[in-house]
Amino acid sequence: MEIPVELKHHKTISAGHKGLTEPLLVRWLLTGVALIFLSLFLFVPLTALFTQAFEKGAGAYFAAIREPDALSAVRLTLLTAAISVPLNLVFGVAAAWAIAKFQFPGKSLLITLIDLPFSVSPVISGLIYVLLFGLQGWLGPWLDLHDIKIIFAVPGIVLATIFVTFPFIARELIPLMQAQGNDEEEAALVLGAKGLQTFFRVTLPNIKWGLTYGVILCNARAMGEFGAVSVVSGHIRGFTNTIPLHVEILYNEYNYAAAFAVASLLACLALVTLVAKSIVEWKLKVSN
Amino acid sequence: MRLKGFKIEGGVLPGFGPTLGYTVFYLSLIVLIPLSALVFKATSLSWHEFLAEVTSARVMASYRLTFGTAFLAALVNAVFGVMVAWVLVRYRFPGRKVIDAMVDLPFALPTAVAGITLATVYSGNGWIGRYLEPLGVKVAYTPLGILVAMTFIGLPFVVRTVQPVLEELEAEVEEAAVCLGANRLQAFRLVLFPTILPALLTGFALAFARAVGEYGSIIFIAGNMPMVSEITPLLIITKLEQYDYSGATAVASVMLGASFIMLFTINLLQWWSRRYTGK
Repeated sequence: MEIPVELKHHKTISAGHKGLTEPLLVRWLLTGVALIFLSLFLFVPLTALFTQAFEKGAGAYFAAIREPDALSAVRLTLLTAAISVPLNLVFGVAAAWAIAKFQFPGKSLLITLIDLPFSVSPVISGLIYVLLFGLQGWLGPWLDLHDIKIIFAVPGIVLATIFVTFPFIARELIPLMQAQGNDEEEAALVLGAKGLQTFFRVTLPNIKWGLTYGVILCNARAMGEFGAVSVVSGHIRGFTNTIPLHVEILYNEYNYAAAFAVASLLACLALVTLVAKSIVEWKLKVSN
Repeated sequence: MRLKGFKIEGGVLPGFGPTLGYTVFYLSLIVLIPLSALVFKATSLSWHEFLAEVTSARVMASYRLTFGTAFLAALVNAVFGVMVAWVLVRYRFPGRKVIDAMVDLPFALPTAVAGITLATVYSGNGWIGRYLEPLGVKVAYTPLGILVAMTFIGLPFVVRTVQPVLEELEAEVEEAAVCLGANRLQAFRLVLFPTILPALLTGFALAFARAVGEYGSIIFIAGNMPMVSEITPLLIITKLEQYDYSGATAVASVMLGASFIMLFTINLLQWWSRRYTGK
């Protein structure tokens, strides 16, 4: 099988030109080594995951997923994503509008600060909320007095999830809206459109694929976050366990088949995310 | 006519005040105030106590392990990441598009799932581990396992930073090198490599920063032995579970400081990268 070389945008250059590609053997070798590397770290583990999930048969698989604790973990994960993704969506659009459409001092500092949660270890993302709302924390005594539980309860899980998914949508929209400029919005305003009308009828159609892309990534992380949520959750079965935490508990109980069965749900989510991402990337390329 | 907007630098568009106001409010509420809680808690320790906490033997061992292994993992990803990016951009083979999409798997797969899967696959009777054990190589539950997990989660960074640079590379540059008598290796070393270097370093730094903070995918495969295979994020959690809040906070603030330095470095590298490619 021949591996033809293709130099993008420059098809006129003869592809077989000796100096512009490697000997066949080198091409085969490089491709082979790259594929072995990817297999060791991606393909073999992914295949093993699904094999392990069905190790004890389809019956055990579905039993593990339908068990009450698993179902409550699924519910909590869906709830967490349903709260944190829309909040970060509204923030992302507002931040992108202010940053991409206007010039003001301190803009690059603001962009750096928005990216901050990506550079912080998930463990620290959870710890900061424990220090704020935990019993030993700043607001802990007051919250305890008024019987409000945030840490080791659902609000803490939601807060930690919002923190770790904070930048996704904003950082997708800012460069996109910067590249699109202000011309279309200004034209709409001159033609008499109101501010919100301009946003919904001019800006939103222009950014819909970038927005979708950000939401997909944000959602995947929101449903899959482990470290930050683990710190604030308290691991109360049936109450404060998300799907990743439920997987951890099953695994630590040596209930491997069930752990992998529940984990396979998250792996499916990851695969759906990758497919959706590829489609949206293609749409973005077409629309630009 | 609504010309009042002209006062704001940048044009006639409305909504600057509310959107910037909300951005700063939400950013403060979710990120800045909670992070400053960590810093304030750390400053409540005396300098002496703080130093004792963050330089104890067990903590120092965890730094060496975490930063050292993250560096090695980023190095592995730098070498193989360039190779994967090169193969994906330059060669055509069946399944290339699927493989290209799969490179992002470590971004999409929840870390706990990655952790239990890697631990199982690389354990003594796992799919890959069973071939390594007869060779005397134990991966799972050793520091080598940490390297595997860190390589996994950093895998997409170098590929995704180098790939676009390779795609946009003008063929004329390589042609010129050939016309001037360079062989393939010389063309790569003297022409291609300097062009992708800023992107490669950016990808390396991103992979390193991600690996240093990583928790979920590592703890299942690490073995978690104090002084041997205990990473710093786990040590923070251990201290927290022992109600050692000041210890956890002190170590966490060192990690946070390291994150700031890495963020600053990455910003510098990206700025250099953009200057270099003229974008």
